[in-house]
Amino acid sequence: MPFLLFGIASIVFLVSRLTPGDPLITIVGERNLNNPEVVAAAKAKWGLDQSVLQQYFAYMKNLLQGNMGTSFTTRQPVVHDLWQRLPATLELTIYALVGGVSIGVTLGVLAARHRNKFIDHVARFFALLGSSLPAFWAGLLLLYAFYARLRWLPGPGRIDPRGVAPDKVTGFYTVDSLLMGDLALWKDSMMHLILPACVLGWGVVGIVSRLVRASLLDEFSMDYVRVARAMGLRERTVVNSHALRNALLPTITIVAFMFAFLLTGAVLTETVFSWPGAGSYAVDASRNLDYPAIIGVTLLGGTAFLFTNLFSDIAYAFADPRIRLS
Amino acid sequence: MAGGAPILSLRDLRVTFPTPAGPARAVRGVDLDVFAGESVAVVGESGSGKSVTMLATLGLLPQAQVSGSVKWGNTELVGANVDTLRSVRGRRISMVFQDPMTSLNPVLTVGKQMTLVMKAHQPRLGKKELRAKAVDLLHQVAIPQAGRRIDAYPHELSGGMRQRVMIAMAITNDPEVLIADEPTTALDVTVQAQIMELLRNLREEKNLALVLITHDLGVVAGNADRVAVMYAGRVVERAPVLDVFARPQHPYTTALLECLPRLDLRKEVVNSIGGTPPNPANLPSGCPFAPRCPRAVDLCSAQEPVLVRMGATDVACSVVSDGATAGVSV
Amino acid sequence: MIAPPRRVRRGRPEWLRGPALIGVIAIVVWVLIALTIPLWTPYDPLASVAPRLQDPGWPHLMGTDQLGRDVFTRTLWGSRTSLPVAFVVILASVIIGTVIGAVAGYRGGWVDAVLMRFVDMTMAFPPILLAMAITASLGPGVRNALIAMVLVWWPIYARLLRAQVIAVKQREYVESAEAIGVKRFTILRRYILPMAYTPVLVNATMDFGQVVLLTASLSFIGLGARPPSPEWGAMITEGATQFYSWWIATAPGLAIVSVVLAFNYLGDALRDSFDVKGVV
Repeated sequence: MPFLLFGIASIVFLVSRLTPGDPLITIVGERNLNNPEVVAAAKAKWGLDQSVLQQYFAYMKNLLQGNMGTSFTTRQPVVHDLWQRLPATLELTIYALVGGVSIGVTLGVLAARHRNKFIDHVARFFALLGSSLPAFWAGLLLLYAFYARLRWLPGPGRIDPRGVAPDKVTGFYTVDSLLMGDLALWKDSMMHLILPACVLGWGVVGIVSRLVRASLLDEFSMDYVRVARAMGLRERTVVNSHALRNALLPTITIVAFMFAFLLTGAVLTETVFSWPGAGSYAVDASRNLDYPAIIGVTLLGGTAFLFTNLFSDIAYAFADPRIRLS
Repeated sequence: MAGGAPILSLRDLRVTFPTPAGPARAVRGVDLDVFAGESVAVVGESGSGKSVTMLATLGLLPQAQVSGSVKWGNTELVGANVDTLRSVRGRRISMVFQDPMTSLNPVLTVGKQMTLVMKAHQPRLGKKELRAKAVDLLHQVAIPQAGRRIDAYPHELSGGMRQRVMIAMAITNDPEVLIADEPTTALDVTVQAQIMELLRNLREEKNLALVLITHDLGVVAGNADRVAVMYAGRVVERAPVLDVFARPQHPYTTALLECLPRLDLRKEVVNSIGGTPPNPANLPSGCPFAPRCPRAVDLCSAQEPVLVRMGATDVACSVVSDGATAGVSV
Repeated sequence: MIAPPRRVRRGRPEWLRGPALIGVIAIVVWVLIALTIPLWTPYDPLASVAPRLQDPGWPHLMGTDQLGRDVFTRTLWGSRTSLPVAFVVILASVIIGTVIGAVAGYRGGWVDAVLMRFVDMTMAFPPILLAMAITASLGPGVRNALIAMVLVWWPIYARLLRAQVIAVKQREYVESAEAIGVKRFTILRRYILPMAYTPVLVNATMDFGQVVLLTASLSFIGLGARPPSPEWGAMITEGATQFYSWWIATAPGLAIVSVVLAFNYLGDALRDSFDVKGVV
């Protein structure tokens, strides 16, 4: 595990050195190339005079000290920027994940129980559509339909542009507003969450429903299902209390994969909805060629994914009694 | 043979499976009666249709075409709706299966699985009652430390104990017929004996009828009142157990008996029956056993024999019954 | 010599039916468009041909954009970027992934361990972030985006191939071939790889759509195709700035959806048909 982290950091370093030009640009930015003080400081800190190997060590050393460089655009340390913007992304991702999994499981169960009938085809179309839609395009369309035209839902952003953000306790607007007792603000933040969470979660619904359907169909051919039926159990009980428990196990392992999927979607969804999270930070950084920020976000993404994988392995071991008790 | 009317009655039961190679006729006209409290053994090789027959009785083969009649008392089970079937399954007719490892759900505790069975037929019981009843059932099937075993997962129990749990689940609602599909095949020999003894005891206590599906004639000897031998989807011999062993009529039965190793005769070679059972999707014309039968004549390949009564035995063999074509009642 | 098992052909493929068939037709149509459009294009995709921001209608089926260009024409031309790029990315990823994965799986030992560590590390990144980082480093543009995507995508196939090779390696006919001295490379080529291609085919089909999406996403962010190139993602970016002229973003979006959905249905059907479960 630590080896993987180390490896990730190394890959990021390699990527940053892919620049055909002078690596100095990636650390100081074009604007500062003529500023001798900044250049000198950077050379010292990042070892740019020295060999690539020594640069690598300098990079690693800085990283271990929690230093990812300074963003060109915000002039703040990248670490600070990320820390500020992470809660927004997490809030959106969690809602999308929870909503997506719930709907996905329900849809998957329906599709498996009524295999090859109408609902199965509908569920499959919905799922495939989810992984076919460009998230940014779907977001634009939904915004256009529900905000610009129908005025049912609010526009981009986390809350009304004229509103004030809740006092920061967790960084989650939906939580903090409740903690403050401000119900109007809570409602506003929830409403703003609906569209982006739908866009982000759609892909999740697709993946989860296909997986649940396939797993359930596998379970249906197992002996214990036949035994349960032979004992006179209602079909609904057989599915929900017996088969589903087994079928959901593979879903847990997929949670880690979905997290990467959601991070991907978050980048684009945040852009469309002007959501001030880590994803839109990454996009802004890319557009501005703000290399320290790009590198920082990439590193964060890789690390987060690793940890989710670990977490899902543990969760799976816990959920399957055959593994838990051995 | 027990007196009175049969409690379960199969007439001309036919089961066909659609396969990519064409329809597979797994069961081709089976007649069988089960009387209260008796033990009937259904014997045959793999592929003879013995399991499929009983699975079809309970309507557990959704992808198969089933025709004929299965009567429970006055209720017709073939083509019955789900609610009728559910009222019979696990309540009047219970089934115990071959492999206790895969027959139990690995992620639920034993107690939870038993509770589900109980709730299916007696939805009004409370949690405490359910648990007490489950523990009691485990006692009845002679599982020690029932109070602790009830919270165990299937993989924590031995094969014999899992089979007992399945039997406990099957007798939860006091059924009148217990179908046991190869209940001991997956178990060690000593455990086999224990399970069969358990079944015997349960039968006596509850006047439970037993339909014992097996390919093992040794198990049949001590545990059945009557025997029905099946081959290629049909009953080829049907008789009280002593008659089957002492005076087997059908060449297939005779061959099966000769395959048994015996303590009382001096034999060095263990016999087997040459050839393989026919493919249900591609059955030969005439008697399906003819290709492997040492007594086959031309008539055998031309015409399929029907069951004919010869003394206490019903047998379907043209050679034995001298080509008699008169059908016989069960 | 024990020969490897042969595949049994069973008449008309069962998977080529229903939505999958529509998918295949859609793909063929798009490929034809991509190949032939320079010959019959209604308008010049880069030139201003009409008044700006016109509603969809006749003769401009999807209206015009903020520079007066015909949106419908530009959408059709977009296929000339997206389809070849996706094809190259998939092909390169499959080839590189196959080589690395097969070697890792067949050799085993430390070769396997090292290669797979590298694969694991690369796959630890969410694809889009890694692609963004690489493209930003190399400099924006379609060519660099393509390289970035290949670098992101090959590990998937490496893992897949390795798993397949390991599974097939154990089979008897491979052991017997090794025993009589058939060269390792020949074994790989003629025994193992033919059995492995099925999941690769399914994966590649479904990935085609995902690569198209990724290309569009990178362009949307400004890292892939740049204006005035009529690439679908870049067009959607322009459409985002002209929010109320909804047709500017809708047309390329529909194009993307049609292509990706077609490949998804096709891949789904392929997967269903190759994944044979028992009848009873």
